[in-house]
Amino acid sequence: MVHPGKKAGWGHRSFMLVLMIYLLLPLIATSIYAFAREWQTTLLPEKWTLDWFRMMFEDVRFLDALWTSLYLCSISVALSLVVMLPTVFIISVYLPKWESFMKGIVVLPYAVPGVVAAVGLIRAYSSGPINIAGTAYILIGAYFIVVLPYMYQGIRNSLLTVSAVELLNSAEILGASRKKAFVSVVLPNIWPGVIVSTLLSFSVLFGEFVLTNMLVGGHLKTIQVYLYQRVGESGHLASAIAITYFVFILALSMVLMMLGKKMNRGTHG
Amino acid sequence: MKRRNRWVFLGLIPFAVMVVAFQLAPIISMLTGSVSKDKGAGFTFQFYSKILNSPFYLQAIKNSVLISVFSSVIGIVIGLVCAYSITRFSPKVRDRLLMLSNMTSNFAGVPLAFAYIILLGSNGVFTLLFQQWGWSVFADFNLYSWSGLVLVYVYFQVPLSILLVYPSFYGIREQWKEAASLLGASKWQFWRTIGIPVLMPAVYGTLGILFANSMGAYATAYALVGGNYNLLAIRIGSLVTGDVVNQPQLGNALAVILGLSTLLAVFLNHKMTKRSRMLQAVKEAS
Repeated sequence: MVHPGKKAGWGHRSFMLVLMIYLLLPLIATSIYAFAREWQTTLLPEKWTLDWFRMMFEDVRFLDALWTSLYLCSISVALSLVVMLPTVFIISVYLPKWESFMKGIVVLPYAVPGVVAAVGLIRAYSSGPINIAGTAYILIGAYFIVVLPYMYQGIRNSLLTVSAVELLNSAEILGASRKKAFVSVVLPNIWPGVIVSTLLSFSVLFGEFVLTNMLVGGHLKTIQVYLYQRVGESGHLASAIAITYFVFILALSMVLMMLGKKMNRGTHG
Repeated sequence: MKRRNRWVFLGLIPFAVMVVAFQLAPIISMLTGSVSKDKGAGFTFQFYSKILNSPFYLQAIKNSVLISVFSSVIGIVIGLVCAYSITRFSPKVRDRLLMLSNMTSNFAGVPLAFAYIILLGSNGVFTLLFQQWGWSVFADFNLYSWSGLVLVYVYFQVPLSILLVYPSFYGIREQWKEAASLLGASKWQFWRTIGIPVLMPAVYGTLGILFANSMGAYATAYALVGGNYNLLAIRIGSLVTGDVVNQPQLGNALAVILGLSTLLAVFLNHKMTKRSRMLQAVKEAS
């Protein structure tokens, strides 16, 4: 199905154009709205302004929400990293038989929608011995599960690409202890892959709304919850926030892609 | 590798604790919550029977299933045609197109609902423009209704669908096409007898993921219609967090139903990927 030399026909080209317009139109409209002083009954706004962005950065609640999002996501991703690195390492080096079992656990978050997970979490932790409903703890726990598939896959793939088991054995033959071999041989080699999964997890959590709103919506306002609350008030301000958010995510995925490419080059070349 | 160090297994404890505490315990708690009595101990199916006898909740289930089926089917059709179209471009353009499509999949949930409100909401830019231009075709369109929801759901299904079915087009070899045309098959005949059957496992599998994706979608619908449209995910949310009347156990039972449906859909995907791999293996062997 690959035609390297052939040029796509007009049909395919116009078709792709329609698809791109369809996919990009909401984004473009939101951007225009964020820069428009007023936009009604004309195809494009007549007056442009940066006021909405200025207002956004002067808004204390926005900055608070941004900070809340950043620290919640960072803590969760860091926790996931600290827990998952040794776990995936131990499983793939010592217990390869458990891998299919692990896969089952790890895909479960995909099959359980956020609403369902939130219902279970609320019931398990709103009364009884551990009452952490509405606190950051329950959310961080929930976030840990959300990024589980990304972290597991990412770390496992990088261990596989660097052939961690062989590396480890050679290090041992050369007289290094297991621990030393892990820290000074395996870890530096899998680092790029780990960074990619870290950033990916971060961007997934940054866009999370369901769990956040249902578990701690009344107490902790992340950027998504804040955006939801502003939608009704001023469309222009909310679109400035939405666009800023999107540009941030975009920058993050650009970094991701570049790192990914670099890594591939590193392993193949 | 023979020398096993028992202390190493201590490293698995934090993981086990986190998974048990935040994945298994909530699921078990939800399951038991849905079958235990309001007051006191005991086992009951009253919440499930209440749901099955309530036209309101049945409608929520029906609406969710319908919107998921509709948006998944439309999504897969668009996804298939687009993925095929993408394969016809040069590798450089192909990468760009895929990147753009993937990029838009980040634009989901609240920001997406918001963008559609700007475009097509009651004071939306296009709504007002069409009114001014007198295009009455769009006068009946209401973003906050069934058709609006389908439109927005399809939007977030398309990039996912392209991403998932695109690789399977590479399973179809150019030589097969040549062989078929040498044997006198028309383009249409090739697709009907070879191309589409080869794609089928991937299509079913992707349908499973798309279905689960839209059954569980909450943010977009919540931001768009609030509690005004009767969808399963929205009902669960309001029953548990208590926008109106707090009935957590009914919410538990509804959540179990929703969870079962998405599990089933993801299971279908799993089976189909296996079959797809088998087809691939047969191909490698031949």
